[in-house]
Amino acid sequence: MADLRTTFAGIASPNPFWLASAPPTDKAYNVARAFKAGWGGVVWKTLGEDPPVVNTASRYGAVSYNGVRIAGFSNIELITDRPLQVNLDEIKAIKRDWPDRAVVVSLMVPCTEESWQRILARVEDTGCDGVELNFGCPHGMSERDMGSAVGQVPAYVEMVTRWCKQHTRMPVIVKLTPNVTDILAPAAAAQRGGADGVSLINTVQSITGVDLDLMAPEPVVDGKGTHGGYCGPAVKPIALRMVAEIARALPDLPVSGIGGISVWRDAAEFIALGAHNVQVCTAAMHHGFKIVEDMIDGLSNWMDGKGHDAVAAITGRAVRNFVHWNDLNLNYKTVARIDQSLCIKCGLCHIGCEDTSHQAIAALRVDGQRRYQVIDSACVGCNLCYLACPVDGCITMVKQKVPGGVLTWAQHPNNPLRKEPAA
Amino acid sequence: MGGTMGEPAGGATAGIGDIQAGRLDAATLAANFADAHPPLTPAQAVVEANRCYFCHDAPCVEACPTGIDIPGFIRKISTGNLRGSAQTILEANIFGGSCARVCPTEELCEHACVHTAQESKPIQIGALQRHAVDWLMARGTVLFTRAAPTGRRVAVVGAGPAGLACAHALARHGHDVTVFEARAKPGGLNEYGIAAYKVPDEFARREIDFIVAIGGIGIEHGKALGRDISLDALRREFDAVFLGLGQAGVKALDLSGETMPGVRDAIDFIAEVRQAPKQQIPVGRRVVVIGGGNTAIDAATQARLLGAEDVTIVYRRGPEQMTATHKEQAWARTHDVRIRHWAAPARLIAEAGARGVTVAGVEFARTRLDAAGRLELTAERFVLAADMVLKAIGQSLVPGPLDGLVATRDGRIVVDADRRTSLPNVYAGGDCVAGADLTVVAVQDGKLAAAAIHRQLSGAA
Repeated sequence: MADLRTTFAGIASPNPFWLASAPPTDKAYNVARAFKAGWGGVVWKTLGEDPPVVNTASRYGAVSYNGVRIAGFSNIELITDRPLQVNLDEIKAIKRDWPDRAVVVSLMVPCTEESWQRILARVEDTGCDGVELNFGCPHGMSERDMGSAVGQVPAYVEMVTRWCKQHTRMPVIVKLTPNVTDILAPAAAAQRGGADGVSLINTVQSITGVDLDLMAPEPVVDGKGTHGGYCGPAVKPIALRMVAEIARALPDLPVSGIGGISVWRDAAEFIALGAHNVQVCTAAMHHGFKIVEDMIDGLSNWMDGKGHDAVAAITGRAVRNFVHWNDLNLNYKTVARIDQSLCIKCGLCHIGCEDTSHQAIAALRVDGQRRYQVIDSACVGCNLCYLACPVDGCITMVKQKVPGGVLTWAQHPNNPLRKEPAA
Repeated sequence: MGGTMGEPAGGATAGIGDIQAGRLDAATLAANFADAHPPLTPAQAVVEANRCYFCHDAPCVEACPTGIDIPGFIRKISTGNLRGSAQTILEANIFGGSCARVCPTEELCEHACVHTAQESKPIQIGALQRHAVDWLMARGTVLFTRAAPTGRRVAVVGAGPAGLACAHALARHGHDVTVFEARAKPGGLNEYGIAAYKVPDEFARREIDFIVAIGGIGIEHGKALGRDISLDALRREFDAVFLGLGQAGVKALDLSGETMPGVRDAIDFIAEVRQAPKQQIPVGRRVVVIGGGNTAIDAATQARLLGAEDVTIVYRRGPEQMTATHKEQAWARTHDVRIRHWAAPARLIAEAGARGVTVAGVEFARTRLDAAGRLELTAERFVLAADMVLKAIGQSLVPGPLDGLVATRDGRIVVDADRRTSLPNVYAGGDCVAGADLTVVAVQDGKLAAAAIHRQLSGAA
């Protein structure tokens, strides 16, 4: 059985599955249930200074797609609305009761050194394993110059990280907001400030929908709505890209992957693109803590099947293949192949190609029977039909023999700025 | 006891001719004749609609005789656009509500559904179609309006699905339609010829109210062609005539004793079950149904549901040759109806019982195919005791009322692709012309004929 123990930012946990700082980690009651279910760690819901914030009624919105509920999830909840000492006492008790699990505390206080210094001392007293600086929250708190208002300014990220490293011996994780143009800027700033690791992504600014009767954005609070933070399965591709960018550009900066992780395969993908562990929220809020069971043995069984004995063995394994577009081989060709014995004649391969792409799949009738057939000369190998086909294995993209070796844009004759091979 | 050789059990004394009404109490009868396939809930409909792949050149559409844009209407269900969904259905098939209930979808759209190929679990197209049409009808929404009156008049003979589909389409174009119907109610087989549990709650009547609400359609009841009206007169008085006569004749067994008490046509029995209160319908204790179509299934199953103890369908060929679908056969078996194949009736057995001479059983000859593939009777015989024998071996066009004016072939009126008969300005469709005897086919006939009549009346033909 594969070894799922991981260490991220110097913090060990029995498996890579942590619960992200969010409603599921707001209280000892929830966290104890999570640990009983098998979660490897938690990042406690963000603490702030007293008096606590006030939250709204109606806090979540969601995108349902084709009958799938919560394909995307949005919240307008702020940080914990419980007194600081209540949280600190519970954190202390939890860490005492669950010493083998990772307990990290998320923090957000005004952007002054004294504020950070003050809260760090109190948090350190709980015996927790580390702190996560919430520079990501993109709604509400950012209007009060905290959360993503800090995370969007690399200089602030660096400054606050440095304060925290100076005022605590605990590992400091910086949680990054995706609501920036270049994720590398705040990540590098955190690294310069001395962060032990970064976690990302926090939520994406969003409006999940509009109530067309009330004519108000969702979630609606007494007839009005505000933008929220978007997460859940829908944001996974955005998160994967940002994690991979950091893993590629800043290989010495440990990353905790967050964003739409729902099943073990999602986690494996984040880890392959450089995450040292993962944090989960929406999937647990949708289905409860029990989902971790399949995450643990699903990952373990997959690793066993592939001969990976430890999470470290797969961490970042796909990063070297995450390249810039200009490094892709333009002399690589595939064409779609339709296994006629599996085809159910839905025609989706044809109509997508015909209406929107390259007219490379002919809709034929052979003896009155529908037959969809690839026109090799027109197929550009785009994958659309393969993606649309509802039958697994019916359409495959088959590599074609092409004369010549690798040809990137840098070398391509069509590139006016191409580098001439050395004479 | 069915299938035993020799004389019917019981002899002359024990319940020969035991036919009576009220075998079951009212509550049981009400439950037995409730909706055979309850409608989808809105939640079920959305889940099912979301399974649809929205195929291109969808095989289901091609399999639908009326060519309903099935992926189109299903997508509209999934998006909550139920009015649009119903419009898509009813534009192609104004009887979309009853077709959703009575179509053999397992042989048409659902058989063709790509999910059948993928996982043997087609989209429930019929149930979804019902969901959308019921939604619309429940709101009394008027979808269709008449064009400006053209002053042209069309006669439709027969208020069944073919005739009314034709009438509705013509009314939309602004023509005035008079429908002549021999029976007391409109609807044809939808009203008289289909098992009650397939179209409960007066659905057939409500659907026709919905259809004729467009206006411009007058239905004259009690007017039979050849008795009260003549084809020649209709041709003179109207600009065009559509014949949707159905098949008013019932095929006979050609055995002696066919008119004795206890022997009756299954189609009449089915009509009685549809029209009379269930407690008042006499049914035999032991019932034998002869035939292999949906009429046999409907008669046999309803006999059971009325309280018959022992019901057997006997068909002269095998299960594959039955025109009743596999689903219909399974439905009958679920209701404890036995189906025996490869046997043909050879003799009706009469016996004197408490109510005089009545049928007491049927002697069957086992059948087989000869070397040339023709059906032949063997010498092997068996007898099934019966208090009631229902004949369901088919119906036929009664040609007399046509006065020999219209060409027929193999007992059906000959029509071209536009449903034109051999007689100018006279069209025909439904069960009186060649083709599958299905409601949905009749609707398509009416629709095509209406289009051709409209072209003719507009001078475009």
